[in-house]
Amino acid sequence: MKTLSIKVKGAILSVMILLICLFIWHLATTQKVTPSASVSTNSSEYNALMGQGSGETVQKTGFPTLTQMGQTIYKQLSHPFYDNGPNDKGIGIQLAYSLARVGLGFLLAMLVAIPFGFWIGMSPLAYEAFNPFIQILKPISPLAWMPIALYTIKDSSVSGIFVIFICSVWPMLLNTAFGVGSVRKELLNVTKTLEVSPLRKAFLVILPSAAPTILTGMRISMGIAWLVIVAAEMLVGGTGIGYFLWNEWNNLALSSVIFAILLIGIVGMLLDIAFSKLQKVVSYAD
Amino acid sequence: MLIENTFLKVINLSKSYRTDAPPVFEGINFEIEKGEFVCIIGHSGCGKTTILNVLAGLEEATGGDAIMLGKRIQGPGLERGVVFQGHALMPWMTVLQNVAFAVRSKYPDWSKEKIYEHAKKYLGMVGLVNAEGKKPSELSGGMKQRVGIARAFAIEPKMLLLDEPFGALDALTRGVIQDELLKICKETEQTVFMITHDVDEAILLSDKIMLMSNGPNARIAEIVVNTLPKGRQRANLHHDPMYYPMRNHLVDFLVNRSKDLQVKGSNGELEDYQIVTVFPGVDMPVA
Repeated sequence: MKTLSIKVKGAILSVMILLICLFIWHLATTQKVTPSASVSTNSSEYNALMGQGSGETVQKTGFPTLTQMGQTIYKQLSHPFYDNGPNDKGIGIQLAYSLARVGLGFLLAMLVAIPFGFWIGMSPLAYEAFNPFIQILKPISPLAWMPIALYTIKDSSVSGIFVIFICSVWPMLLNTAFGVGSVRKELLNVTKTLEVSPLRKAFLVILPSAAPTILTGMRISMGIAWLVIVAAEMLVGGTGIGYFLWNEWNNLALSSVIFAILLIGIVGMLLDIAFSKLQKVVSYAD
Repeated sequence: MLIENTFLKVINLSKSYRTDAPPVFEGINFEIEKGEFVCIIGHSGCGKTTILNVLAGLEEATGGDAIMLGKRIQGPGLERGVVFQGHALMPWMTVLQNVAFAVRSKYPDWSKEKIYEHAKKYLGMVGLVNAEGKKPSELSGGMKQRVGIARAFAIEPKMLLLDEPFGALDALTRGVIQDELLKICKETEQTVFMITHDVDEAILLSDKIMLMSNGPNARIAEIVVNTLPKGRQRANLHHDPMYYPMRNHLVDFLVNRSKDLQVKGSNGELEDYQIVTVFPGVDMPVA
């Protein structure tokens, strides 16, 4: 008998687990047709106000069934880029806003963290001097910065970017410093005996040597940034996948909320895969 | 100072890592002539590597001077090439890139083609032309060490410093690379200072062998001139009539006399110790 590889077996099992989950979902959400006898006791108007209107309204406000979920996904994905004003934008546009904020905040963090990390990695004195501040600032939830950001920056969108910046900067900074600080002494001795100029040493020896560690830091940062952006956008509002999610919750459109959750997960996974590919490019066997 | 003709002169070199402990070595004096192959042998902890690092400029001595071509050695430099014990190749560069990196450091004005051509020439000398595109991790220990040797030779240094380059290699590989090293040194008339633990390696390669007593308070106890004729070959080395007197002398030193000297040194009895020059098999060594 032909044996399947672990990968194929795993994939088959994954599909089965998915099907089981969907089936449980289906069982849990198929409502027994309850006789709406109680309707008569209250006025239908009151019921409508309480979200218990008769007919299809009952169906809509409950936990969505698989069919409703499918309809929502189809509707959202068939027009991802429509724009009907501030509170009604396609999912593609919302995601693009979130990705742009994360990208910008992350890029700024890179521009600060990598050169600065290089410096404190090279200079033990600088490391000792800055370490207490880094250690205190690092564990602060990035959202705690939000009031100060809003007060000083006075722009909710830029504040979101700032929050992404502040949460991505620490892992990159510490990993860069660690990577730069732990370049093998032998290799540094080689550059010394070859009288390699400081710039050539930095770019051709220290950077490639520390690159895998730096990339690990970037990957962690990206993971955190994607976690934080959703919360930040819920707070500041306006645009973005986080805002979309919160808005749909206010609309009591749970199927859209679930759709947004799934999308956040998928995008987060894709970002992580992208960084793991980058990591492979710069890694080397010792 | 009188250093007219000497290529390298080491005067009264000493090193101590702590002020409250005896120095690792002291009173180190020796000279190396141009084109000479000098090996230094001694037990672990006698400071051989420190001496080499001082010559390379990677470490500072506590006292004394090392003077090369009339200039005091201060800091590392391209006129001294180093082959490190653990090959020290950049793992993300290919073999060719590793050598070319060194060549570009020495000749920054050269064109890319010229640099690669030069690097390939030296890779050819160690028999590694076919491995030029490989990463160090894909090479065996012996091949890595050969790249290290090619890299050191490629910058055409005035003096080559080898820190136990074959220490981690098996005997067969070691023999092959020793032959290659001997050949290249002959072609390039390279001045070499090499650390080794292997008595046979020293007899095969060197013109003179410096014997160090044990540390702390290590010194150069004897300078043994190789009495085997030039053009030595690994295959018939042990048939030479001078081989056994030479080998016995070296082994005797390492087993017995290196300890005695250390005891005397730590008692301060070697204040004006004169280094003995020995020609094993030609005259009897001074006890």
